[in-house]
Amino acid sequence: MSSTGLGAFWENLRNLPRNLRESVLRHGRPVSDRGRSLAVFSNLFLHIHATRSNVRSLRFSTTLGLGVASFSLFLILLVTGILLMVYYAPSTSLAYNSIKDIHFVVPTGRLIRNIHRWAAHLMVIAVLLHMCRVFYTSAYKAPREFNWMLGMALFVLTLALSFTGYLLPWDQLAYWAITIGANIAASPRELTDALGITQVFDPGGIQKQLLLGASEVGQDALIRFYLLHVIVLPLALAALAGVHFWRIRKDGGLAKPGVQQTAAGKGASVTAAAAAPEDSPTKSFGLMCVVRDRSPATNQTVEDTVPSWPHLMRAELLIFMITMLLSVVLGLWLDAPLKEMANPAIPENPAKAPWYFLGLQEMVSYSAFMGGLIIPAIVVFGLTLIPYLDREPEDVGSYLSAPGAKRVAAWSLFIGAVGAVTAVAVPVNFGWLRNWFPDIDQLVIIAINPGSLLTAVYAAWSIIVLKRSGSTRMAAIALFSCFVIGFIILTWVGTYFRGPNWDFYWSPAQWPVH
Amino acid sequence: MPGRLEEEALPRRDFLGLAGLWAAAVAVVGSIAGMMRLPMPSVLPEGGHRFRVGRPEELPAGTEQVLPEQKVLLSSTPEGIAAISLVCTHLGCIVARTENGFACPCHGSVFANDGRVIGGPAPSGLKWLEVSQAIDGRLVVNGGRQVESGSYFKV
Repeated sequence: MSSTGLGAFWENLRNLPRNLRESVLRHGRPVSDRGRSLAVFSNLFLHIHATRSNVRSLRFSTTLGLGVASFSLFLILLVTGILLMVYYAPSTSLAYNSIKDIHFVVPTGRLIRNIHRWAAHLMVIAVLLHMCRVFYTSAYKAPREFNWMLGMALFVLTLALSFTGYLLPWDQLAYWAITIGANIAASPRELTDALGITQVFDPGGIQKQLLLGASEVGQDALIRFYLLHVIVLPLALAALAGVHFWRIRKDGGLAKPGVQQTAAGKGASVTAAAAAPEDSPTKSFGLMCVVRDRSPATNQTVEDTVPSWPHLMRAELLIFMITMLLSVVLGLWLDAPLKEMANPAIPENPAKAPWYFLGLQEMVSYSAFMGGLIIPAIVVFGLTLIPYLDREPEDVGSYLSAPGAKRVAAWSLFIGAVGAVTAVAVPVNFGWLRNWFPDIDQLVIIAINPGSLLTAVYAAWSIIVLKRSGSTRMAAIALFSCFVIGFIILTWVGTYFRGPNWDFYWSPAQWPVH
Repeated sequence: MPGRLEEEALPRRDFLGLAGLWAAAVAVVGSIAGMMRLPMPSVLPEGGHRFRVGRPEELPAGTEQVLPEQKVLLSSTPEGIAAISLVCTHLGCIVARTENGFACPCHGSVFANDGRVIGGPAPSGLKWLEVSQAIDGRLVVNGGRQVESGSYFKV
């Protein structure tokens, strides 16, 4: 009895490595197509992928890897962010010194902080480029409208995370950015003051108090922004990113040319060719995609696809490694900026936001309420609604494939650029309404300023394109291209041509010395 | 009264189910609204807005003094003493005193000597604050109370 018990024990001990592996993986080596499907299918983290991927979706040129790059950067930010939290103290008296400790004392602290900062910048770039790629390949068309909307929410969250992030070091940039941000939140007062109703109706004041927890920037504000940056916004972003990825599959995978999709998305039979044959495999086999014929979900033949394991995994890993390499190289090469300690008495001159907000700063320098709240809201809502307002059936998945699309895009970039340059050049050279009519009503300035006029010109151009082409897709291309070039030019101006007192200078060498 | 076999317009079960759903929705919305009471400060952490500055004798007519801590410019003229807030009315940056007025470093608002806006995005002029005198003879500025621009405190 005891000897057999001992024998079984030895046997189990000998088989321990294999049994451990089998209890975790639950399938053999992925040598067959079925095994490869199982590898994806039976893994919680991988099963968000389809078991088979379209060859075209795997090509680098299809996506440029931008979505995966954005999420990779989010993961890098998550890990480096947790590491930074080990030493960071969210207190107005300790924050600045804790960042200095991280930078100068903590082993690898400087590199981790640099990576965190540059990965954040890269994420903004990747998300913007991803948005452009999806737009110009009309990958937002039905049934992918909702995923475009989720993407816009993720874009706003990315910017919100960036904003709340650079507030935490409590240096000059942080302090004045919080001050300006909170006052932009309070800027509906510009309107309510002009109407004389702030006493009874003050949404701006409520927003500012909710953000700051006080009427001035201080400890309460820091802890609130810290809370947003480390918990609220990352959780929201992770949850929405999950839905975003899930929807890619539910909407039938990446947009591909030659595939007409219905609003029903995955699982809907589209054409006669897609109807399941008499001897169609069972559902579980269908899920495993070991099918012979066209799968009804994506209307593609099996020959167009390869197993996601290892092809898709390899592609994703490659993108992840490239983003990682880029972040680490930037982190080794360039130090993340840290300005002087926050000084509530004197802002820097010029007090510039990070580059991605300089277009916004340019807008805000015309009117806080219009440039800081109304125009950004119009832009975000306008972009979000694009797939609902442009529902033309179109071949999706290739760049500007509709006839005339490239011409419309080129003209829109040109007109958008001329508009943006004019919007900057006129007030720089001639001043604006306040300089001409010192007693002008504030309501007029809110309504008519270079920012609102530029927005109106873009909208008007888009309507002209709509009327002339009769195509909502062309109008969408016109509007989106104007937005892209306007964003680039205003950001460029804010970065390179604005100096002390937000005056225009051709180069920093001309800045007055003081 | 409808007969037992006639179909009701809204079946009883559906009605009860919908009532339950709506009750749950109201409860969720209500508790979210209730939760927003917590982050909304009911007591502001800042102290009073009044602060004492120098004696009037230290500020003869024709001089002025910038108090960076208090973000105020004290200006003494033959008409009296005025306190002009240096907080930009645009987005809260601190304006710098220039030769003939004030300039904001953040978004380029320009103000005249008396605080009037003469350029840039600021929606209104710099605030003039209430000045009074304490019993010990020192001047007191009330940062929380705005007065008509051009109203000087006569010692």
